[in-house]
Amino acid sequence: MKRVLVSITFFVIIILIWAALTGDLAFLGLDQSLWSPYIMPPPSRVAAYLWDNTVNGKLIVSMGVTLRRLLIGYVIGLVIGVPLGMLAARFRCVQDTLGHLALSFQALPSVCWVPLACIWFGQTEAALLFVVIMGTMWSVLLSTENGIRNVPPIYARAASTMGSSPLHTLVFVTMPASAPFIVSGMKQGWAFAWRSLMAAEIYVAVVSGFGIGQHLHYGRELQRMDQVIGVMFIIILVGLLADKLLFSPVESWLHRRWGTGKD
Amino acid sequence: MQNQNFHEEIHAYPTAKLSVEHVYKEFTNSSGEHVRALEDVSLNINEGEFVCLVGPSGCGKSTLLNIIAGLEKPDSGMALLDGVPITGPGRDRMMMFQEHALFPWLDVIGNVMFGLKQKPNLTDKERLEVAKYYLFLVKMDRFAHANIHELSGGMKQRVALARSLAPNPKILLMDEPFSALDAMTRERLYGDIQDVWDKRRKTIVFVTHNVREAVCLGSRVVLFSPHPGRVRREFPIDLPRPRNINDHDLADMSSLITSELKGYQAAESD
Repeated sequence: MKRVLVSITFFVIIILIWAALTGDLAFLGLDQSLWSPYIMPPPSRVAAYLWDNTVNGKLIVSMGVTLRRLLIGYVIGLVIGVPLGMLAARFRCVQDTLGHLALSFQALPSVCWVPLACIWFGQTEAALLFVVIMGTMWSVLLSTENGIRNVPPIYARAASTMGSSPLHTLVFVTMPASAPFIVSGMKQGWAFAWRSLMAAEIYVAVVSGFGIGQHLHYGRELQRMDQVIGVMFIIILVGLLADKLLFSPVESWLHRRWGTGKD
Repeated sequence: MQNQNFHEEIHAYPTAKLSVEHVYKEFTNSSGEHVRALEDVSLNINEGEFVCLVGPSGCGKSTLLNIIAGLEKPDSGMALLDGVPITGPGRDRMMMFQEHALFPWLDVIGNVMFGLKQKPNLTDKERLEVAKYYLFLVKMDRFAHANIHELSGGMKQRVALARSLAPNPKILLMDEPFSALDAMTRERLYGDIQDVWDKRRKTIVFVTHNVREAVCLGSRVVLFSPHPGRVRREFPIDLPRPRNINDHDLADMSSLITSELKGYQAAESD
């Protein structure tokens, strides 16, 4: 409880300092704003932007467009990445080829794919999905491979004496045994997917849907820094919520079961 | 109806005899040398017998156990279960390892159910009943929903024993299952494993390097000698059960076997 209070106080102080420096606390006599609102808008303007555009539905619609892209790209990335990771763990030749390719592409920020994606797919949904998939699948592939490689061989031996076929062993022993690795890879893949989608949406205007990242882009074009900061808040919020709602419950279950780590 | 299946399951006492005929097995170690792990090993084990394989490390006793389990194949010769050659692992021969090998993603009862789930002719409810029965047998019924990492070493081996017993195999293969435990825990398990053998009437092949342990548990002790691994001598153990490891006669018997073991070790180093 005390830690929560410390945390909340910290953020309140940051916002108060921001408000004081941008003229939001004029009623306290702090009316000397340091910057023009075109450079650093006060919190009240950002809040007003968020409120107006939530009420008129613009942000909600864009959120739908963006989350749809994110989910589809992410799921495709998983569906490709996990099985390839398994193959790389199982067959040396796959590891030496695809595994090394994955290592190189993982070192590449996936926004670097945007120019090629635009040439190959045009300014379409497919281009954005491609960038998200490139952000997701390599890290998922590598962590799946790593996870499966770390499964103690004795588990498979024990399972085979209990009558497990190789397929049964894969699904009911190897997969759950590597779950801690696969889940952390999925989490990393999610973070990469989110970052690459935002970069791509800021970079590419797609007529088929107006995503969250595009609001940020137009905020820049129109010199509306309240819009830019507001969208930044939304991006942070989505990232945090995904972590809390999707991954934290799974991770804490894994920690409890395996007896690894605290909290 | 359902109860009837459960009773049929736990009141069935399948057992089998094992024979190992002229088994040879060679390995190449990391420095490229050929190591003869087993050379012309033959052994007959009767139904319901508790046989302990003893010998120093490198005598191939664990290799022999793996061959019986079907996890490894002999270079020549064969192992037979009731006269049928063993070609691979099977539910009729359950193996217990030195490390517990329990699955950390399942709770205690989930682990015991793992092998049972692959056994046809039982409903899930009956499987649960069977699993509970075996947990009770190894005195772990109070911990059915505990996580594996919460158990002590001895408790883990008890659960591993229940997991091996649950599919009701004909043969139980144990590869130094108690060697990582402290002495107190081990002594308690000696009593319990004799009790389980008495109740479940399984054929047990138990590998250990501890002569005293072998004499305490086995109805017969088979002494192996290393380089190459061979059967050196067999000792029938007729001491009354349940046996206590600190018993006098038991100590005498084990010093007899130990001196035999030391004898050939001395001869080898000359």
